[in-house]
Amino acid sequence: MSSYNLTHIKELEAEAIYILREVFAQFENPAILFSGGKDSICVAHLARKAFFPAKIPFPFVHVDTGHNFPETIEFRNNYVEELGVKLIVGSVQKSIDDGAAAEEKGKNASRNAIQTVTLLDTIEEHGFDACIGGARRDEEKARAKERFFSHRDEFGQWDPKNQRPELWNIFNGRCHQGENFRVFPLSNWTEMDVWQYILSENMSLPSLYFAHDRKVIRRSNTWLPVSEFITIADDEEVVTKRIRFRTLGDITITGGDESDADTLEKIVDEVAAARQTERGNREDDKRSETSMEDRKKQGYF
Amino acid sequence: MSNNSQEPRAKANSYLDMELLRFTTAGSVDDGKSTLIGRLLFDSKSIFQDQMDQVAISSERKGLEHTDLALLTDGLKDEREQGITIDVAYRYFATPKRKFIIADTPGHIQYTRNMVTGASTANCALLLVDARKGVIEQTQRHSIIASLLKIPHVIVCINKMDLVDYSEETFEQIKEDYEAFASKLEVKDVRFIPISALNGDNVVNRSENMSWYEGSTLLYTLENIHIGSDYNHIDCRFPVQTVIRPKNDRYHDYRGYAGRIASGVFKPGDEVTVMPSGFSSKIKSIDTYDGELEEAFAPMSVTIQLEDEIDIGRGDMIVRTGNKPQMLQDIEVMLCWLNVKGPKPRAKYILRHTTAEVKTMIQEITYKLDISTLHRNEEDKDVTANDICKVKLRTTKPLLADAYRKNRITGSLILVDEATNETVAAGMIV
Ligand SMILES: Nc1nc2c(ncn2[C@@H]2O[C@H](COP(=O)(O)OP(=O)(O)O)[C@@H](O)[C@H]2O)c(=O)[nH]1
Repeated sequence: MSSYNLTHIKELEAEAIYILREVFAQFENPAILFSGGKDSICVAHLARKAFFPAKIPFPFVHVDTGHNFPETIEFRNNYVEELGVKLIVGSVQKSIDDGAAAEEKGKNASRNAIQTVTLLDTIEEHGFDACIGGARRDEEKARAKERFFSHRDEFGQWDPKNQRPELWNIFNGRCHQGENFRVFPLSNWTEMDVWQYILSENMSLPSLYFAHDRKVIRRSNTWLPVSEFITIADDEEVVTKRIRFRTLGDITITGGDESDADTLEKIVDEVAAARQTERGNREDDKRSETSMEDRKKQGYF
Repeated sequence: MSNNSQEPRAKANSYLDMELLRFTTAGSVDDGKSTLIGRLLFDSKSIFQDQMDQVAISSERKGLEHTDLALLTDGLKDEREQGITIDVAYRYFATPKRKFIIADTPGHIQYTRNMVTGASTANCALLLVDARKGVIEQTQRHSIIASLLKIPHVIVCINKMDLVDYSEETFEQIKEDYEAFASKLEVKDVRFIPISALNGDNVVNRSENMSWYEGSTLLYTLENIHIGSDYNHIDCRFPVQTVIRPKNDRYHDYRGYAGRIASGVFKPGDEVTVMPSGFSSKIKSIDTYDGELEEAFAPMSVTIQLEDEIDIGRGDMIVRTGNKPQMLQDIEVMLCWLNVKGPKPRAKYILRHTTAEVKTMIQEITYKLDISTLHRNEEDKDVTANDICKVKLRTTKPLLADAYRKNRITGSLILVDEATNETVAAGMIV
């Protein structure tokens, strides 16, 4: 490699930092959507780099389903304190209590879909004109066409046919009152890139990503963690397995993989050898072939 | 990349020194573009089991006997229903050597805008030609766009060789036809590869059916094309995105200019000029979270501190004192019109160029370019979506610009409709 070449990770990092600075420069009131998952931790880390030596100039927004892994919340609280940023929590429980959203019923009930209500209400309440998320185009096919700057109408909805073309490195974040943008600095990253970056930056992560022993049940081809929020059927057996999670979502729908990978190095090797996409264990994406696309049109992350 | 089960178990760190290659794909409907991308992803083992399962199910639903790799790249619901690709989709795969970003753009005539979009960031274009049809109008259009957008490398994939008995003669004839046509264009590096996307010949694995072909396979070519010189490392341009002022005790007087280097190499101590003000200073330091740098080059994102206190803001540009961009207010631009609503005579727009924003008026449409023949039409100047035209723009403030042929970052711009805020045109400064 010649001396004026960047490695792919450094080039992706430079691109993401550029995007984050564009958000700061182009919008009045941006926020980072912070779930405590690895992608949003990466975004936060990049934001720290983008504005160094100043603090991250955006508040963090967490849409809290109430069905959390306690480890995620602990990590979130510590991280926010370390960075010195403001944390805004949008509570799905409150949306339900207020009657804005209705709880799903049944065995596979989850609060995944109704997060959208809370997210949109939180955006409106605080008047955010740009929300920075950690979504990647490689995650799911409906995301493959997502823009870096993704325009949402005044109802927070995504119209895949009416997205602004993005050329070179010029991003158009102009919007009317009431409209807003979702911005995805990790658009061009793959799951592998994220892990490599976490490794090379030696970032800290919630312990859930590392192999650990946990009580689980087998459901829809994955190891679902036992928690107070799921109903265990009579024919389901609770077992203890050594697992780790590849993504962190709502505890009711996030399945783990059997794994012994308890260091970042081992995780990277495991990801390299994996035969399933990371969302393969997400119950929300299994509902239909277009479930992600349908949720995105409604205003999902 | 995540699935190299046949490779020896990769070690974590070996992934850290790969290069990134961005390429775009273009071809007419049914030339085999989706099949080719599916093949690249599949043969490079970038496809996960659950994705493959879904494709198998979809193939079965469609009543196909084989698993159609083209379905791997099918995007949104509407497209799946209509069976066509309607927008640029991005795909990713990696080999131990490089990581690839594919801007997958549809080939229909009306989607010039998508190809332009995909081409704007590409190092390389893959053009598909159906071996039975040879060079057709669509091929010419795609080549002209690749040339206008200054994609540094073009690979012409002559596909469906299995349907022409893997004939060397057919391949040579198409190559000759293409070269005759392309001599009018400005593409520096053109290569030709005979392939069968369906069967995999010369895509990842060498074809046993075409022993006469001595060149590289497509994947090998993608892995080895020299992209180090695709960036301009001569003309130092640093468009300022924002100013960093921590305002805390430790960094009380800190004032850094944050941006991404558009071109050139910057070092502490360099004599620089801030444009448009014209004040000169020296680079005090080039800062990053990971420490100060001894040199910085495109496309790095850094923060520059200067020796002197100068009033600098977004839209300003830090350049080397001995090598300045032009300050242009009357600008000749090749425009690709992206919006269904064409420009009105003497219409006003917001123009965005690097980190600057100014107002502009289209003074004159000089000609419309027929992108099949390169004919310059000076009579019909009725511009609509997907048209490419040469225009004269007048801006309210000067742009700090270079010709697009010299610099893809400081030579490109977009026009935004003031009323709708939509991006209506993409421009390349002549
Ligand atoms: N015989 C043959 N058929 C091919 C080849 N590549 C693609 N096809 C077929 O051509 C048709 C169109 O391919 P597709 O990839 O959907 O084209 P696209 O419209 O360019 O994406 C499909 O029926 C493919 O199976 C090839 O190399 N040989």
